[in-house]
Amino acid sequence: MSLMSLTAVALGEKIKAKEVSAAEAAKEALEAVSKREEQIHSFVTVDEERVLERAAQVQKGIAEGKYTGILAGVPVAVKDNLCTEGMLTTCSSKILENFVPTYTAEAVVNLENAGAVIIGKTNMDEFAMGSTTETSAFGVTRNPWNTDFVPGGSSGGSCAAVAAEECSFALGSDTGGSIRQPSSFCGVTGMKPTYGTVSRYGLIAYGSSLDQIGPVAKDVTDCAAVLECIASHDRKDSTSIQREDYDFTSALVDDVKGMRIGIPRDYFGEGLDGEVQEAVMAAAKELEKKGAVVEEFDLSLTEYAIPAYYVIACAEASSNLARFDGVKYGYRTKEYNGLHNMYKKTRSEGFGAEVKRRIMLGSFVLSSGYYDAYYLKALRTKALIKQAFDQAFSKYDIILGPAAPTTAPRLGESLSDPIKMYLGDIYTISVNLAGLPGISLPCGVDSKGLPVGLQLIGNCFEEKKLFRAAYAYEQTREYRHCPVTER
Amino acid sequence: MKQFETVIGLEVHVELATKTKIFCSCSTEFGGAPNSHTCPVCTGMPGSLPVLNKQVLEYAAAVGLATNCTITKNCKFDRKNYFYPDNPQNYQISQLYLPICRNGAIEIETENGKKKIGIHEIHMEEDAGKLIHDEWGESSLVDFNRSGVPLIEIVSEPDMRSADEVIAYLEKLRLIIQYLGASDCKLQEGSMRADVNLSVREAGASEFGTRTEMKNLNSFKAIRRAIEGETERQIDLIESGKAVVQETRRWDDAKEYSYAMRSKEDAQDYRYFPEPDLTPIVIDDAWLEEIRKRQPELRTEKMERYQKEFQIPAYDAEILTSNKRLADFFEETTALCGSPKKVSNWLMVETMRLLKENNLEPEQIPFSPENLAKLIGLTEAKAINSTVAKEVFEEIFAKDIDPEAYVEEHGLKTISDDNALRETIKKVIAENPQSVQDYQSGKKKAIGFLVGQTMKAMQGKADPGSVNAILTELLQ
Repeated sequence: MSLMSLTAVALGEKIKAKEVSAAEAAKEALEAVSKREEQIHSFVTVDEERVLERAAQVQKGIAEGKYTGILAGVPVAVKDNLCTEGMLTTCSSKILENFVPTYTAEAVVNLENAGAVIIGKTNMDEFAMGSTTETSAFGVTRNPWNTDFVPGGSSGGSCAAVAAEECSFALGSDTGGSIRQPSSFCGVTGMKPTYGTVSRYGLIAYGSSLDQIGPVAKDVTDCAAVLECIASHDRKDSTSIQREDYDFTSALVDDVKGMRIGIPRDYFGEGLDGEVQEAVMAAAKELEKKGAVVEEFDLSLTEYAIPAYYVIACAEASSNLARFDGVKYGYRTKEYNGLHNMYKKTRSEGFGAEVKRRIMLGSFVLSSGYYDAYYLKALRTKALIKQAFDQAFSKYDIILGPAAPTTAPRLGESLSDPIKMYLGDIYTISVNLAGLPGISLPCGVDSKGLPVGLQLIGNCFEEKKLFRAAYAYEQTREYRHCPVTER
Repeated sequence: MKQFETVIGLEVHVELATKTKIFCSCSTEFGGAPNSHTCPVCTGMPGSLPVLNKQVLEYAAAVGLATNCTITKNCKFDRKNYFYPDNPQNYQISQLYLPICRNGAIEIETENGKKKIGIHEIHMEEDAGKLIHDEWGESSLVDFNRSGVPLIEIVSEPDMRSADEVIAYLEKLRLIIQYLGASDCKLQEGSMRADVNLSVREAGASEFGTRTEMKNLNSFKAIRRAIEGETERQIDLIESGKAVVQETRRWDDAKEYSYAMRSKEDAQDYRYFPEPDLTPIVIDDAWLEEIRKRQPELRTEKMERYQKEFQIPAYDAEILTSNKRLADFFEETTALCGSPKKVSNWLMVETMRLLKENNLEPEQIPFSPENLAKLIGLTEAKAINSTVAKEVFEEIFAKDIDPEAYVEEHGLKTISDDNALRETIKKVIAENPQSVQDYQSGKKKAIGFLVGQTMKAMQGKADPGSVNAILTELLQ
């Protein structure tokens, strides 16, 4: 049995107990990578030499008592929109195909300080724009459960890598569901913390007011342990918040007696797959059996979340991605005639279709004459959605629903119909608009053998309630290793 | 012929005197090897984030308070999007929707009397880098040392009607900001930059004419010439039946002409929106009160204090406080020598004259208060007379020499040996019988000639007062 089939915490304990070394763990991760990458393609960059060197260094650090945490020596995969000093960071875009940052993202620094070993950088939808990891400039990632299907996106590489057991856990980023949706498709557990909990410093921005880094792992315990490590108040990020409750693992208690759980009727309407609905409702029953008070309610405004999200995220993206111009770093077109031609050719050749679509959409909604009608209205909608959640959380501790309307679609099915693809984000997007924490965890498989994800949503700064409910549910079922890991 | 009125509003950019940049901890120091004062934030590296330098907020609020503005208690930053290589993110973090200060005014004084000039708003923003064009190759290079240096932009109302009013407004603004220590406001070095928005209309008209915006004005003289030139250009257009085009023009001071840079039609859509990487700023009253309390003495208060504390005339106080450095210099020198009126005289007369001759600003006074204080000490001890003192002062101004050592070395000390002086005077009396006779017959003015002759004989090294006294005594 591979060490990579263990949870991060279980492996961390073995390393702590000196049963295995960081180097052995790293080697097994690299072996899994070399065995499965051809089928799955979770990674953009894996630097074996660097991994082994780092693992040896960490092992030394463990022996010297420098690394004492549970993640010391544990292999981690990092989404390729997180800057890593001296290591290629591409956002899966041609425009950053040669970009090597001079500094490391704060969340990754926190992991490194805990002794985690970075195995590589994972594939993603280009600049995190997409729901399938098919918009990557470096090829698609396939779902480890069935390679004819997508892993979801945009953190598809991170989620596939965890499911395919090429690493112990991973970091993803979530702007509209980019951790929770692919976690659901890949049968792993992924969580998006409250906005401001994990520093965004070094995360290459997509929609700055919505982006949040979070863990992708095999179970809830790992998610809590990883969040405990990466969450910090960072003065380099003005939107980072000082919290008092970083001890998230203390919330891992199998007890939901009296916990009030609300199920929004809005999430169970048109478009929701019957099998997904069944699995999610069964999960709600399990929690009810454990003593939670489960009831249905009307959240309202759900249908406005998608348009508001695409206006705000694209507006911010159109500005955030302006810096990729061929002047300072990244790709520059080979031949050009003057400055403006260089800009135009570089960006035309460097960005993919989905990124261009969103830049154009974002530029349009910010244009003079349209700003009030689109951008300002979207901001107001965002505020109303937050109010709707505030109201819900005055009655419920947790909101329960599906992470996505369906299980993973087939490769190539989504990009031809972007509107349909955008609608797939319906259950995850409003969580980002309201800045809330959300977690997606497996709750079954459909008749195609593809995983179904359960989403739990908490109020701002109430990750602990989220972890407690998720942990309690998780105790009712076994972790299912995906078929690819048996080969 | 029709009478025209010029209507002018100004946009003044002022570089704030913070030690570090507005959104990162890089130094704002001028000069330095290209890109030596840079980091991921001010070079727009992917994933970097801005953090507001609190000192910028303090300076901006201080300028706002000193110009009678309302401080926006809930203000925020916005992004101004445009592509240019000196702008590493291709957007500038600025303020559009909720600028820090609004609705202020300052009073100016010109030959036509006093007038209030309204301030529409003051906002905070970041400066861009600098492009260096390679004259031989086909490339340009970017130096980001200036990228992220904090600026405030002070936007006036279109309340000015002449170049005189514009200069008076700028001088007043500069003085206020210098007094606050918020900037050194040097036009030549670009730490203060003014863009002139100008239109003309028939006298008495209530509507404004079409305006142009003039850039590249590096001195008060250039501003004056540009205003005069642009007024004339616009009047010529109107009188010949043509329309003024709303556009941005670049002033060429050498050619005394402005060139169209871009018209309103090519004006960019900056797609402003709230900066999501910075949280809104909430200013509380206590903090504002603290800024208010920390406001240094401004000019009017200083003028009053000088008259009271140092017993100098209002005229002196006005000149000395016309420049912060001059006022500071006055106080420093007075503290050393204890003779305020003498210090004032040296600064107002000789210092000003030499500054002007050498084309220098008061900020550039090339000598130390210590040496001027010593010089005043020498004259008060009557160790040198005023003629010698002026000579020595020229040396102080030129080389900041120590006047005590200099006087000693060059043997310029007044000869206080009474006997030697008496002997010389006796000789002068003997050699000038006519003057002696004139004096004794009542023409008291004749003594002047005798004093002069004595000074000449003494090679200037006598105290004219003593010469006068001895002469009067001997001629009785």
